Amino acid sequence: MSVRHAILALLSEGPKYGLQLQKEFESSTGEIWPLNIGQVYTTLQRLERDGLVESDETEVEGPQKGFHITDAGVEELASWLNTPPDMTSPPRDELVIKVLSALRVPGISVHDVIQVHRRYLVELMQQWTRLKEDESDFDLTFALVVDAELFRLDAVVRWLDTADGRLKRAASEPATAPRGPRLARRLVVRR
Amino acid sequence: MSFLELRRVTKCYGAGPTEVHAIADVDLAVECGSLIAVMGPSGSGKSTLLTIAGSLEEPTSGEVLIDGTSIQKMSRNDKARLRRRTIGYVFQDFNLLAGLTAVENVSLPLELDGLSARKAQAAGMAALEELGLADRAAHFPDELSGGERQRVAIARAVVGERHLLLADEPSGALDSTNGEAVMRLILAACKRGVAAVVVTHDAQLASWADRVVFLRDGRVVDQTVPPPSPESLLEESPPPGLVR
Repeated sequence: MSVRHAILALLSEGPKYGLQLQKEFESSTGEIWPLNIGQVYTTLQRLERDGLVESDETEVEGPQKGFHITDAGVEELASWLNTPPDMTSPPRDELVIKVLSALRVPGISVHDVIQVHRRYLVELMQQWTRLKEDESDFDLTFALVVDAELFRLDAVVRWLDTADGRLKRAASEPATAPRGPRLARRLVVRR
Repeated sequence: MSFLELRRVTKCYGAGPTEVHAIADVDLAVECGSLIAVMGPSGSGKSTLLTIAGSLEEPTSGEVLIDGTSIQKMSRNDKARLRRRTIGYVFQDFNLLAGLTAVENVSLPLELDGLSARKAQAAGMAALEELGLADRAAHFPDELSGGERQRVAIARAVVGERHLLLADEPSGALDSTNGEAVMRLILAACKRGVAAVVVTHDAQLASWADRVVFLRDGRVVDQTVPPPSPESLLEESPPPGLVR
């Protein structure tokens, strides 16, 4: 959905044509998100159909055809910007499932499994950090995208660290009553 | 050649049934110009590793070599000289002397090493200028922000001809922007040839390092391999969840 809104955001600055939108989209995502021109035109057609943009009637079809945002488009854009994406459902994260599964497999050390994933994530973070090492070489949008990736990966490393510590403590404490039903009940309430 | 090398270093506290291995059989080699991060949870032995590497504490067994010389074989005076001249320390809580200005804090180790006050002051000013703190030189630590205090601490650690920088959670309680600034300064020192070891539990700080070593229960359990060129990230599919 958000290529559509990213295009509306670019058009909110003033009328633009397709090729220009493609280039500006790529630079606004720090050059890390390639977008083909076909997708730009498909999106523009849909936006026009929904009354959110209008094309310049005087121009012929083609790369120089201009588009501008309508009042309904401005309203839709503001509403999208201010609507938090749905992050309430507990994600069925593959990494979480792997760690939970490792607890059940005989002969597998869950701490070793955690470390394999931790190292992979830190190696990935090293690569992202290297991208922002040369401050003269990156612009603001690129820095924001790199930061977003680093914080996302960092959150996973922190979860692994916490899980590692929790499992270590649990191993040295006497077993407690199973907690599955309580957790399940809480998740149902959250939904 | 490695500037800092730890060979099968073990440190035990207590004896008999209460004996605790803070670190056990740790091997670590740090080249000139490289930045190594040591990651691990609290109590994993990170700080012990750093104090032993910096000759502030003796290992129970094993050997520490700095610039090819075993520090166990040095006299107390030689070790003190090594600490003053060669090693810079950065601590979590900055450890600046409250009664001295920023520039006095930075130049103090040089004066203690016998440099004239005027020359030490000039070197201190140069180090502060490099870190963008020239206008704060005459301020006392309590007149500086947290980020500025940590930059002064880094200036003090790299002033003169120090070749080894040892930092224990150097971003302390700083926010992530200041934490990044601290790592950029440490990296800049490495680019000038300094060998640096940063111990931290923070993956974002550790990710500035050339190599990350993972410590668990006092043992090195793993380390990162040199990452491929970061450009490979841009060739892959876009990161999930950002746009689209």
